Amino acid sequence: MDNKQLKLHAANIRKNILTAVHSPKSGHPGGSLSVCDLLTFLYFEVMNIDPENPTNPSRDRFVLSKGHAAPALYSTLAERGFFPTEEVCNFRKFGSNLQGHPVMYVPGVDMATGSLGQGISAANGMAIAGKLDKADYRVYAVLGDGELQEGQVWEAAMFAGHYKLDNLCAFVDHNHLQIDGNVEDVMNPTPIDEKFKAFGWNVLTTDGHDFDQLRDAINSAKSYVGKPTVIILNTIKGKGVSFMENQVNWHGSAPNDEQYKQAIDEIDQYIETLGGAL
Amino acid sequence: MSNKMATREAYGKKLAMLGETTDIIVMDADLSGSTKTGEFAKKFPEKFINTGIAEGNMMSTAAGIATTGKTVFASSFAMFAAGRAFEQIRNSICYPKLNVKIGATHAGISVGEDGATHQSIEDIAVMRSVPNMVVLSPVDQYETYAVIDAAVKYNGPVYIRLARLPIENIYDENYTFEIGKSHTLKDGDDVTIIATGIMVGASLEAVNMLKEQGINARLINMASIKPIDKDAIIKAAKETKAIVTVEEHSIIGGLGSAVCEVLCECEPVKVKRIGVEDRFGQSGKPELLFEEYGLTAENIVKQTMKLLGK
Repeated sequence: MDNKQLKLHAANIRKNILTAVHSPKSGHPGGSLSVCDLLTFLYFEVMNIDPENPTNPSRDRFVLSKGHAAPALYSTLAERGFFPTEEVCNFRKFGSNLQGHPVMYVPGVDMATGSLGQGISAANGMAIAGKLDKADYRVYAVLGDGELQEGQVWEAAMFAGHYKLDNLCAFVDHNHLQIDGNVEDVMNPTPIDEKFKAFGWNVLTTDGHDFDQLRDAINSAKSYVGKPTVIILNTIKGKGVSFMENQVNWHGSAPNDEQYKQAIDEIDQYIETLGGAL
Repeated sequence: MSNKMATREAYGKKLAMLGETTDIIVMDADLSGSTKTGEFAKKFPEKFINTGIAEGNMMSTAAGIATTGKTVFASSFAMFAAGRAFEQIRNSICYPKLNVKIGATHAGISVGEDGATHQSIEDIAVMRSVPNMVVLSPVDQYETYAVIDAAVKYNGPVYIRLARLPIENIYDENYTFEIGKSHTLKDGDDVTIIATGIMVGASLEAVNMLKEQGINARLINMASIKPIDKDAIIKAAKETKAIVTVEEHSIIGGLGSAVCEVLCECEPVKVKRIGVEDRFGQSGKPELLFEEYGLTAENIVKQTMKLLGK
């Protein structure tokens, strides 16, 4: 898919993310916007998936280990056609399928996540099952940089390295912010690359908002044999909405009506600069 | 051939047998010699996954494997499965109702010499409180086999509570087990003893001792702790008017509590819960620990007589 189309899909997904958190006045816009470009790229260019057959055993898998970015996952799945876009308005509302953190009864969601550190282990499980079955699907997982503080991430990192899960590609959404402040101040996980290398991983670093760089990195991961790959994504929390960018208070709070309108207007203007909607 | 086997041993043997006919994955966290999954590992090395000493990671990994349609047995000591990995079991396995069976060995104080850090007396309480979880606690070799068969047939999470100590067989190879159903080992009308796991043996002995004193006790083996056999409990309460529960677990939250939950809502009668009374275990030979914590036939008799006012 050409980059312009990808950008337009990402813009639509950003609008859906804002609608999803504005509607219940609850949710996590900052970390959803920072992984938005990656999810767009995975679901529109990389992954072998079929919205008509979301549980196909030979499909590629995706695990959102940083489950609080559920608005990004739901909005991407809706944009990709797994369910109607209008449903994102029901996010976090009573009786809705779109629970606050991902659940497996939403079409296209491969693993329930939300408690940090557990998703990457589940992704390992899918990857090792694929190895046992000699299946050729690949598994993708996204960790937050704050999530790296969970000990289980490193148990999982050791496991993936030990079992040489080269059908697994993990990403670290390195947006430098967590609820209590700068990741580096709260509990510094750096150097992230050296840590994963020490655990037996192939490590790459890219701009998490640049589709060309994502393309190169993911292709390189696909052809890497004998080790799992982690791609550290340099990202901006709140990316795409000027007043949310790099602001920690947008980790877990929803925009009011005025802020919502302003954010949507900004993205609509951006869509115009790309030559209009898809 | 000895008529004695630990339920952990039966677990290991059964998994090795199951591997012949059923597509199962067995996981362990560096305790395969003790949980007895080593036999499966030797026979089916490609279907055995050791996570090293990382129980939380094992549970979430098991969940990921189960999403691909496989039945997974994740094994550790009860302490480190239900205890250490509680939240992974809850959020990664039970919430999405994935097909993971947890083989939790070394439950209760009969672990012996290792002492309190390794003696789980809270696992029934925490495991049965989690939605979607089934909790099973077999008494002997043959009930363990039957419980595992039932767990494999059932699509969803199951916690199987197993012990370290070899015990006398009560059942034989013809025994069948159904989730949610108890088995009445002795009929009687004066009092009902409801026991689970390795406490069924001492309870059986107690029933015989009570008989000598002219008391006809009913004995129910409650291997299915969740779902529990409500009908059998209510029937026993109606017919015998007094209930004694016996378990190698804290009296807080375990079998005794589960039985009382049914009784107080449906058929209130006098109850005595026999189990570990809100204290930690300790090192020592299992027989001495049973003595110290009141988990003996003699104490069951004594408490039953007291409950009956005799």
